[in-house]
Amino acid sequence: MLATLVIVFREVIEAGLIVGIVLAATQGVPRRGLWVGYGVAAGVLGACLVAGFAGGIASLFAGSGQEIFNASILMLAVVMLTWHNVWMAGHGRAMAQEMKAVGAEVAAGQRSLAALAIVVGVAVLREGSEVVLFLYGIASQGGTSNAAMLTGGVLGVIAGAGVSALMFLGLLQIPAGKLFSVTAWLITLLAAGMAAQAVLFLQQAGYLQILQSTVWDTSWLLSQDSIGGRLLHTLIGYNDSPNGAQLIVYGATIAIIMGLTRWEHARHPRRSAVPSHAT
Amino acid sequence: MKRVVLALAILAVASPALADDGAIAVTLKDHKFTPAQIHVKANTPIVITLTNKDATAEEFDSTALKVEKVVAGGDTGDVHIRPLEPGRYPFMGEYHASTAQGFVIAQ
Repeated sequence: MLATLVIVFREVIEAGLIVGIVLAATQGVPRRGLWVGYGVAAGVLGACLVAGFAGGIASLFAGSGQEIFNASILMLAVVMLTWHNVWMAGHGRAMAQEMKAVGAEVAAGQRSLAALAIVVGVAVLREGSEVVLFLYGIASQGGTSNAAMLTGGVLGVIAGAGVSALMFLGLLQIPAGKLFSVTAWLITLLAAGMAAQAVLFLQQAGYLQILQSTVWDTSWLLSQDSIGGRLLHTLIGYNDSPNGAQLIVYGATIAIIMGLTRWEHARHPRRSAVPSHAT
Repeated sequence: MKRVVLALAILAVASPALADDGAIAVTLKDHKFTPAQIHVKANTPIVITLTNKDATAEEFDSTALKVEKVVAGGDTGDVHIRPLEPGRYPFMGEYHASTAQGFVIAQ
């Protein structure tokens, strides 16, 4: 039961942290709960589909379908996170100052929410499909320990959701004026970590096999297998022994997001308190 | 399925050449890996072909090797591994970690 609890807890917390960041980043945007709910629901549905067709997906691309699929949905999430941050750079200040934005901005806010809902969906899908496969394996084996293990699974979901909720509440302690810049950084690092993870999947599939040797190894300090290492891996892409290609992509992702953010920020110079007429 | 058969056929024909590259067949049965100790040449790219003879899916998982791959029950999957420095690299089947354990030893 304990083994089941630990595995499910781990997967749930990895998805839950991402949901927590998205919820914190969208404080004050109308109807965000609905969008995040859509994301979670689509993710759970997708997880069941992916688990059900695991064999079929794997056999695509000469046996590397799973890696290509993982890399693709990770890159989709990276693009959506980038879009959100860039959008916030243009509109965030206005939103923080006057939570009730004008109609056009609310509509644009909904588009940004849709992007983040996709990110939530991808996170839930990735971790969820592993949970589904794992629990299905247990259920199909039968045996007396079956009920105990499923109990472990349920407890794992509750514990994972609880810790994620604590992190979300912790983020909300940040003063409203600083919250958006903190979440912007969290989202930037989250995106960079996902991009670096996508590199690993491509390499595992036999593509992009350049600069593969380990650049440094900090597993003696914080192992990526430890719970702390895993959490940092999810949050900021911590890797105890990254390779050259991963480091380049990690750095490039941060640089691109920051560059686009500044450019967008410059396009929207200091907004007056009163929204300007038609733009 | 055809692709898998084709891939296996190519693998069978090309196996002497691939052996130099380190293509290695590993079987999972009763949630145990055979062989559980895999000896490979250091600093050479490796491909592990994992055949899952159990009815349920397993995730071939290793932080040290930097791979994670789900192989469905009764299915086969290729895992590409970077050239390794000499050393001992543990791997496991994440869904049955109590029994599904193994090492890649690069020399």
